[in-house]
Amino acid sequence: MDFSLSPEETRFRDEVRDWLRDNLDDRIREHVTGDDIEQRRAWQRRVHEAGFAGVSWPRELGGQGGTLMQEVIVNQEMAAARAPDLVNIIGLYMAGPTILAHGTPEQRARYIPPLLRADEIWCQGFSEPNSGSDLASLRTRAAIDGDDFVVSGQKVWTSFAHVARWCILLTRTDASETAHAGLTYLIVDMHSPGIEVRPLRQITGDAEFNEMYFTDVRVPRANLLGEVGGGWRVAMTTLMHERATLGVGLQVRARIALDALRALARETVVDGVPRSADPLVRQQIAQLSIEVEAMRLNGLRGLTKVLHGEQPGPEGSVNKLMWSELNQRIAETALDLLGPYATLAEGDERAPLGGRWAHGYLRSRANSIEGGTSEVLRNILAERVLGLPRSR
Amino acid sequence: MNFGFSDEQELLRRQARDLLDRECPTARVRQLMEDELGHDPRMYARIAELGWTAIPFAEAHGGLGLGLVDLTVVLEEMGRHLLPSPFQSTVGLAGMTVAASGDAAQAARLLPSIVNGSAHATVALVEETGRWDAGGVRMAARRSGDAWLLQGEKLFVPDAQVATWMIVAARTADDPADGLTLLVVDTTAPGVAVRPLRSMDATRRMAAVGFDGVEVPGDAVLGEPGRGWATLRRGLDRAMVCLAGELTGTAQRVLEMSVDYAKVRQQFGRPIGAYQAVSHRCADMLVMTESARSLAYHAAWALDNDVPEASLAAAMAKAYASDAARTVASHGLQVHGGIGFTWEHDIHLYLKRAKWGEATLGDASHHRERVAQLLEL
Repeated sequence: MDFSLSPEETRFRDEVRDWLRDNLDDRIREHVTGDDIEQRRAWQRRVHEAGFAGVSWPRELGGQGGTLMQEVIVNQEMAAARAPDLVNIIGLYMAGPTILAHGTPEQRARYIPPLLRADEIWCQGFSEPNSGSDLASLRTRAAIDGDDFVVSGQKVWTSFAHVARWCILLTRTDASETAHAGLTYLIVDMHSPGIEVRPLRQITGDAEFNEMYFTDVRVPRANLLGEVGGGWRVAMTTLMHERATLGVGLQVRARIALDALRALARETVVDGVPRSADPLVRQQIAQLSIEVEAMRLNGLRGLTKVLHGEQPGPEGSVNKLMWSELNQRIAETALDLLGPYATLAEGDERAPLGGRWAHGYLRSRANSIEGGTSEVLRNILAERVLGLPRSR
Repeated sequence: MNFGFSDEQELLRRQARDLLDRECPTARVRQLMEDELGHDPRMYARIAELGWTAIPFAEAHGGLGLGLVDLTVVLEEMGRHLLPSPFQSTVGLAGMTVAASGDAAQAARLLPSIVNGSAHATVALVEETGRWDAGGVRMAARRSGDAWLLQGEKLFVPDAQVATWMIVAARTADDPADGLTLLVVDTTAPGVAVRPLRSMDATRRMAAVGFDGVEVPGDAVLGEPGRGWATLRRGLDRAMVCLAGELTGTAQRVLEMSVDYAKVRQQFGRPIGAYQAVSHRCADMLVMTESARSLAYHAAWALDNDVPEASLAAAMAKAYASDAARTVASHGLQVHGGIGFTWEHDIHLYLKRAKWGEATLGDASHHRERVAQLLEL
C-alpha cells in the first residue's frame, strides 16, 4: 500500500503543473466554455500539442504511449487547476476507447488522430425517448441495403450533436430480436443527408443536449464497429469507460465544488456571524468532505486493480452513484446557507455569485439520471457485485 | 500509487480468518458473553504466539516492526468475528499510545510484555461528562513529593477488569487545550477500584475505575507532564483507525449475512432479494462498507507514514465507520425481518458491537467537528 507517486510520476505531475501554470489563466477559464466551440477546439489542440491528450493511447495514432497512471495524473491536475473541459469529451472518453478496443486498423487510423486534435468532434446516440434505463429496448432501425445501412429513428440527450462530425450510434439491425441481441454499433457521419438536430432546452434554461432525428440516413458498411448484431458488447465498452475514466475527473470536480462550498460558508455572514460557525453547517460540510474523500479512495482502489491489468468492473458504479448524490447534496447545502437569496435566479443583481449556486443546484438534478440512473447503478451493484437475484 | 495489500498482508488476513472461523464462531462468542472474564486467555496466548500482539511495535521491544495497516488487517477480521478480547485496548489503544509517545524509557519498560502477550493494558480518559477530549478531564493529579496523588473516577474504561496497567489522563494545569499529564498506573495499586459496567455489547467489557488517594511514583509519567493531551492524541488517532478497521469487519459480515438471507428467504413466491426495496438497501450497505474500508486503510497508511493530513484521515475514518457500521447493522436487521429481532439470531450481536464502536473513542459528530476544525472551516 502506497498512496504516494513514484519519482517518475512526481516528475510527470510537475511537468503537467508547470505547463498549466504557464498556459492557463482566468481568461481561459472564463471564456473557453459553453458554445464557443472554436475557442474550445483551440484549447484542446494546445493540450494535445503539449502531450496531455490521449496520454495512454498509441503514439502512431497521435497519442503519447504513456501509462494509465500518467493519464490519471493529467486528469487530476487539469481538474484541480480548473482547466476547461476538453471539447471532444465524448471522443476522448467514450468513442476513442471503444474504437481502440473494437475498431479495425483502418478505423483506428482514420478516426483517432483527428479526434485527438479536436479537428473532428464526436457525439453519442444511445438513449431514445422510450429507451432510457432500458437501453437495450431501443428501436432506431438500421436496415441492411447492399453495402449500406439505412438508419431511421430518434435519439435524445445528445451533447455536441450540432457541432459533431461523427456520432457513435447504437441501432437495431434485427427487428425480430428484442433486447441485447440484434443491436449494431455504427459510426455515423453527422454531415449525412437525413439527420436533423434540435436543441433540447433543460430546466436550467440552457441547451446542452439535443434531439436527433434520422430519416433514411445511409451509412456505409465500413463504418460498422464490431459485428452486425454484436453492438451490445461494444456499447458496454463505451459505458464502462464512461463510468471508469470520467470517474477520476468527477472526484476532483466534487472536491472543487466542496472547496467552493467551504468558501461560501465562511464568506456568507449573517448579523456578523459567518454561516461556517453554525454547528449544523459544520457537521454537514464535514460529512460531505468525508464522503468526497471516501469516493476518491474508492476510486484509487479501483484504479489499483486496473493498473494491475484487471478490467474496470461493475464496482465502478459505486463512484458514479456516490458522485451524483454527493454533488446534489453539496449544491443543496449551498442553497441552504443562502436562505432566501438562494431563490434568486441568474441575472438578478442580488443573486449571490451571479446565481451560480442556483444554476448548479438545478443542473445537479440531472446527475442521478445521466450516465446511468442511481436506480440502475444500485441494480448493477445488487446483481453483479452482490449476486442478488435479478429484479426483472 | 498502490491501494492494494502485499502478499504478506493477504497471508496475514487468511491466517486470521482461518483461525477465527475455527476458534471464534458466534456460538463461542455467546459463551464468552456469559463468561466472567469476558475473553479466553488461551485464545489470547495463541494470538500472541502468532505474533499479532507484536505487529506494530519496534524490533527493539520484541515487535515485528510492521505498521498500522498490518494491524488493521487483523482487527478487521476480529471485528468480523466479534472476537471478545482485550486485544484492541491493549495493542491498538494503550500499546500504540506508548509507542507513539516518543518516551523511550516507558516504551522499553512497557512494550515487551504487551508484545509477548503477558500483559493487558488500557487507557482511562473519559469522565462523567462522557467527553473524549482534553476539556472533559477534570480529575486532578496533585504532587506529593516526587509522586502524584490521584483522586476521582474514570468511566467507560475498556477492559479495565483484565488490565495489568492503565494510562490515566489527569489534569495538572488549568489549560483548556491541554494541561494533562499521563500516568501509568498499576491496576492493583492501593486505592484503585475497578467496577464493571454493564455493556449493551456483552462482547466488550468496560469499567468505572475509582482512584482514592492513589499514589503514583514520579517515574510513571508517560511523555511530558502538562503535555499529556498532545501525547494521547497521537495514540487516540491510531486507536481510532484500529476501531474503524474493526467496525469495517463487523459491517462486512452483516452485509454478507443479509445478502445470503435475501437470496433464500422467499415471500410472495420470490426471494426477497429480487425486490428493489431490499436489493437497493443491500447496495447501499455495500457502498458504506467499502467506503469505511477505504477510509480506514488510507488513515492507517497515513499514520504509518506520518503524512501531514494523517490526523484528519483518522478523524474521517472514525466518523465514517461509526455511522456506517451502525447503519449497515440496522439495515441488516431490517433485511432479516422478524427473525432478526430474536435473541437466537446473531444479527443483534453485530448491531450491539456497532453501537459500542460508534460511541467509543468519540462518535461521528465529535469527529466531524474535528474534521471541520482540521479543514479550517
